[in-house]
Amino acid sequence: MGNPMKIRAASKDGVTEVKVLISHEMETGQRKDSAGAVVPAWWIKELTAKHNDKIVLTSEIGSSVSKNPYLAFKFKGGAKGDKIVVTWVDNKGDTRTDEAAIA
Amino acid sequence: MRHKNKFVLLASLLAVAGGVGSNVALADQSTDAIAKYREMIADGNPSELFAAQGEDLWKTKRGPKNASLEKCDLGLGAGVVKGASAKLPRFFKDTGKVQDLEIRLMTCMETLQGIDPKTVVNEQFLKGEREKMAALVAYIVTESNGDKINIDMKPAEMKKMYELGKMAFFYRSGPMDFACSTCHGDTDKRIRLQDLPDLRSHKGAAAGWGSWPAYRVSNGQFWTMQHRLNDCYRQQRTAEPIYGSDVTIALSVYLAATAKGGTVLTPGLKR
Repeated sequence: MGNPMKIRAASKDGVTEVKVLISHEMETGQRKDSAGAVVPAWWIKELTAKHNDKIVLTSEIGSSVSKNPYLAFKFKGGAKGDKIVVTWVDNKGDTRTDEAAIA
Repeated sequence: MRHKNKFVLLASLLAVAGGVGSNVALADQSTDAIAKYREMIADGNPSELFAAQGEDLWKTKRGPKNASLEKCDLGLGAGVVKGASAKLPRFFKDTGKVQDLEIRLMTCMETLQGIDPKTVVNEQFLKGEREKMAALVAYIVTESNGDKINIDMKPAEMKKMYELGKMAFFYRSGPMDFACSTCHGDTDKRIRLQDLPDLRSHKGAAAGWGSWPAYRVSNGQFWTMQHRLNDCYRQQRTAEPIYGSDVTIALSVYLAATAKGGTVLTPGLKR
């Protein structure tokens, strides 16, 4: 269970923009620590965003994405007060889900 | 967009061909690109993640006395966080010392929670109590974003610290004979592609002091002012100051006083 995400969503003229700030180490598996041992790979492999119960975004991401990544996307539809649910799964099988209401 | 890219490429080639003189043009373009990047990521500053942890910590009961920091007086009264860091460092009557945000927090941790300041002072950056300190700092400086830098220079102790800080700023030491002013004492200087603010001037000091503490994108770390200053000394290849020692407070007072009236942009977002 990772740290909470920060999700903001705003609807304007029938288009909703969602901004997500994710707390994750996103280790590539290429780095070594001060003792010379490889730091094990640890990154988000799958991210899904739902508007109420409908999936609006699925993405496969990996080691090339930065630590604490920021993701912004838009979709058609969405009204004030609707629920946005974002879920990620990482390569260790850890998962985190957070939600926010559209402003 | 495609045309623009071509132009940038052409300009870079020219810059390489033209040698030293044209590098300035290249630097301008690159710093413009950095500014653009900052703008793009501005509403996704990962400092928020640290600030959220800090806010929790502020309200969490910890230490031998099992108390929260909610009664901590950062200078505007017990528990007032909003706008507090814009007015720090300041002279505190109860401790009889000039304190910056981190040292004041150590006082609160000691008096309210019973946590020995040594556990912070003797720790390494980004670890243990210092990591918690950074989160608290992220929370508190976020609450002063947009305010004006406004430290109270009336007390004699502040004036003394200012003079000491000014002296430290120009004091050369270490094997490279470096002072803070070596890099930050001239206009239009840069290191690689980073602009170096002239910290002697109001504009430069406001840009520098106003945008730290900050999140560093390149290493994904949140750095407090103590961390920033410590690293300046490391980069000078000279002795690194003890956490919270007088020289760090003095430099902060010198910078904040020079920056007075500038806008607080904390938490900043850095390369």
